[in-house]
Amino acid sequence: MGFSTTLTVNGVKRTIELDDPRVTLLDLLRERLDLTGTKKGCDRGQCGACTVIVDGRRINSCLALAISHDGADVLTIEGVAQGARLHPVQEAFIAHDGLQCGFCTPGQIMSAIGLIHEGQAGDDPERVREGMSGNLCRCGAYQGITEAVLKAQKALDAASRREVA
Amino acid sequence: MKSFDYVRPATVREAVAAAAQRDAAYLAAGTNLLDLMKAGVTQPNRLVDITHLPDLDQIEDLSDGSVRIGALVRNADLAHDRNFARRFPAVAEALLSGASAQLRNAATVGGNLVQRTRCAYFYDVASACNKRNPGSGCDARGGDNRLHAILGWSESCIATHPSDFCIPLVALDAVVEVEGRAARREIPLEMFHRLPGDTPDHENMLAPGEMIVAVRLPAEAAGFAAHARYLKVRERTSYAFAVVSATAALRVEADVIADARLALGGVAMKPWRAREAEQMLIGACADSSLFRRAAETALAEAKPSGDNAYKIELARRVVVRALALAAAGTPERMPALPGSPFAAVSGVVTHG
Repeated sequence: MGFSTTLTVNGVKRTIELDDPRVTLLDLLRERLDLTGTKKGCDRGQCGACTVIVDGRRINSCLALAISHDGADVLTIEGVAQGARLHPVQEAFIAHDGLQCGFCTPGQIMSAIGLIHEGQAGDDPERVREGMSGNLCRCGAYQGITEAVLKAQKALDAASRREVA
Repeated sequence: MKSFDYVRPATVREAVAAAAQRDAAYLAAGTNLLDLMKAGVTQPNRLVDITHLPDLDQIEDLSDGSVRIGALVRNADLAHDRNFARRFPAVAEALLSGASAQLRNAATVGGNLVQRTRCAYFYDVASACNKRNPGSGCDARGGDNRLHAILGWSESCIATHPSDFCIPLVALDAVVEVEGRAARREIPLEMFHRLPGDTPDHENMLAPGEMIVAVRLPAEAAGFAAHARYLKVRERTSYAFAVVSATAALRVEADVIADARLALGGVAMKPWRAREAEQMLIGACADSSLFRRAAETALAEAKPSGDNAYKIELARRVVVRALALAAAGTPERMPALPGSPFAAVSGVVTHG
């Protein structure tokens, strides 16, 4: 029995015929839509490498059944830059060395975008670290990650002030 | 993961009917269920997806002053609801001390109540576990059991309930609204979870197919808002389950404790309400020797279930500290590290 699922992925509406309800959102992105920027780390909700933004909220795509998210709006790492212009969070990760091997980086960046959108951390490094605790980095680039998130938040704040003005 | 039949009901009535068959499970966010299914610990034949049901994601103020939280309200939404967090700060603090931001964005109120223990032997299908496979034995006895229960455990099972959210809820007399094939009924949360006894596979009072539709907090629960805290000792600063945790909530009138609530987490297979200790606190003035006596009473029945005798004294100290924090007053802003013992020294609270 087939299951038809419609998702808007990075602004594009996609209808996918699933032959099995067991497919996670992570596997759907990677294996069916060839969006391999989202990484499979632990596949058990412990590492955060699979973080994507669904209906405006960061979640672990490995613990989400694709079929249950029928109708959702999904943003992945492939959808955050505007053409050749990187997202401010991507720029900040490069500027502050917020990575070494890079495997956790898509998840870190999606999580940071979610964190900034949630607006709970402000300019407090402790709140940023707490808010990013669901993303593990085995290279231990945490100091650069925290700096990058703080810097990106500042850049986005300044940009939104310019927009208002 | 074992194959299953997927159904997406349109109403609660349809959901309850669809879940009536044997080995059906409700799917909400799935943050615990899918993990269990991937490990082969849980193998439902049918998933009843309730995430598309209408009206279960509301936080409602009822006319009698109580608050009704729909079963599909997400942990993060409840914790960050200003009106809710102002009235029930210990509940918000407990929610924000749990899991990670990603999981809190997904996990639901109803799912939290029925999440399973994180006992490693329950998760490992090669181990004996009376909860997963009744009658097979318990490899946690004599195994790696530093984090296991010190209260209410049995020879059959020494696991603990992992919820943070349930600890302040039990302290504040929350009630669970349940829908079944016959009728809607209510279960006080304190009665909802069962101790293991000889049947550790029976974890709660839900009948097969019954569905949690809401959790209610009574009007009196908001009376503790000025002195309510959640304290959680973990093996790392963030994103870890409690070794021991406690909710302390006080109502203070003219320097006297007019009412007190105390509950512990990480100590038993259910949220552990310490009613005798509460009675000792009522009518007294807040001071550390009183808190220590209350802590001793709260842990009077505690027994190690393995290499975890240290948890008994740890639990006493967590109770003393939680009471001191509550007496000092709820901070105006949620601490940067919710529930963390690193946030303050010796019960001294930094406000703002």
